[in-house]
Amino acid sequence: MDSIVWTFEVDGKNFEHAGSASQVTKARLKQMGLPNDVVRRVIIAMYEGEINMVIHADGGVATVTVGQDEVVVELKDTGKGIENIELAMKEGFSTATGAIRELGFGAGMGLPNMKKYSDEMVIDSTVGVGTTITMKFKVA
Amino acid sequence: MKDFRAVSLDATKCIGCTHCMRKCPIGAIRVRDGKASIDYEKCIFCGNCIKVCPTHALNARYDTYEILNGYKFKVALLPSCLYGQFPHIFSPQLVLNSLKNIGFDHVYEVARASDILAIIMREKFVMQEFEHMPAINNNCPACVDLIQKRFPTLIDNLIDLLPPALLAAKLAREEAREISGLPDEDIGVFYISPCPAKVEAINGGMYSEVKELTGVLSVAETCKLLNPVDKNDVERTMDVKASNMGIAWCTSGGESSNFPNTKQLAVDGIENVISVLKEIEDDKLTNLDFAELYACHGGCVGGLLNITNTFVAKSKIHTLRKTVMLNKTNSTDKFDKPMAYYCLKNKPKANDVFKLDKDFSVAMEKMAKIESVLKRLPHWDCGVCGSPTCRAFAEDVVNGKVELDKCDHLKEEK
Repeated sequence: MDSIVWTFEVDGKNFEHAGSASQVTKARLKQMGLPNDVVRRVIIAMYEGEINMVIHADGGVATVTVGQDEVVVELKDTGKGIENIELAMKEGFSTATGAIRELGFGAGMGLPNMKKYSDEMVIDSTVGVGTTITMKFKVA
Repeated sequence: MKDFRAVSLDATKCIGCTHCMRKCPIGAIRVRDGKASIDYEKCIFCGNCIKVCPTHALNARYDTYEILNGYKFKVALLPSCLYGQFPHIFSPQLVLNSLKNIGFDHVYEVARASDILAIIMREKFVMQEFEHMPAINNNCPACVDLIQKRFPTLIDNLIDLLPPALLAAKLAREEAREISGLPDEDIGVFYISPCPAKVEAINGGMYSEVKELTGVLSVAETCKLLNPVDKNDVERTMDVKASNMGIAWCTSGGESSNFPNTKQLAVDGIENVISVLKEIEDDKLTNLDFAELYACHGGCVGGLLNITNTFVAKSKIHTLRKTVMLNKTNSTDKFDKPMAYYCLKNKPKANDVFKLDKDFSVAMEKMAKIESVLKRLPHWDCGVCGSPTCRAFAEDVVNGKVELDKCDHLKEEK
């Protein structure tokens, strides 16, 4: 068996369920015996991505592929897209509304953290069409 | 190691009702062929199952008072929660001294050890000597066990000092040697436990590095023996020596109150502990210095071997703390031993009992099989099959522990 794939619908409507896909993923990765530090990196990055989809894109689909030597997390949405990726990658830059910030989100650390914790990250975004972020994590 | 586990199941009394299985916070119980069974590899001895068992098939086990007979000089390790178990007419001093009327020669308050630990920890916080933040307390063995089994990434966050009961055992034995002049084999040191988790830690191995401890009795049994004691027969020779700092440790938040300058979080109730550990594991609680965890609601005063309502006991402990503080007669014992004396020699190790397999490829295959079984299940978690959730049932099927047809609601294959 080469890989196993899980797909999650990320509900963009409410914050109460935000982060549930990464919680389920965490439980499964731990059960499969992936090294603790890998699980930790995957989950923190995936959680940030999940929250981003809820805040900015009204939800989307998260796909986790666990292979023999890497974990790939793909976060796909059909939201408004990212206008300036370079700017979005800056720590502290945020387009989140005041209401979102009051909830404790939107500190402008989402994308930078995802980049920091993943071994490879590709952002494919078109304004008005949507964003797909693919993160790879080496298991070694 | 003794031959009993702190949580025992009498199959003849079990009616297979699944109450215990539903209440187990880590899914260590299954009901097969109408009888419950505990997987002791996974069990953390929190005692939730005992509380809900309608037929008392599940029970806490501990040493009986007969164990005292084997020793010439008997020392009781008195947990502070014992002070909270009696009506107000029983002053703490009376409780302390009346232990001599039921067979003990000397009493050592566990809170005296907590006093010392509080000062050591305070210094460590000031000197920033805890490497992994937040530091997590280790005096609830159920929570330590939980971290070993379910949250191995946080194992280094557990503080490496001796839990109060163990430090108390070492200090009490020294005191007993001085008072009695007897050799070690004649001295018995007995901890009076408020919960099965501590009984198991002492009897089952977690606390095995401290040889100073002889046995473990229960708060409930002790109360039963103390109640008929005539107050006039009690010689009041000993005083409450612990300070309000150490006494606080038997209630949730009490230990934290000793470190006023730290960013702290006190959590009680095993479900709450699990949800907070998840947050810590995911780095969601940053800048936290200290996490104080208790499996029982209210802390040790909520342990199931207590006889008095948790909140009533808590209020009594609160009053006692104020009295002790106002009297200002109590101060921490001197402690002048090398630091190693106060530290655990064997630090807790990760114990991944929930892994599907040691081999990653095998684990992956099992995971895939579990998910294909799960697709055919109703996701009701009804428990009729004898597994706590549909997912747990799917795991049991894949691990060959149960047949798929045990599910009454199996969806027809398309």
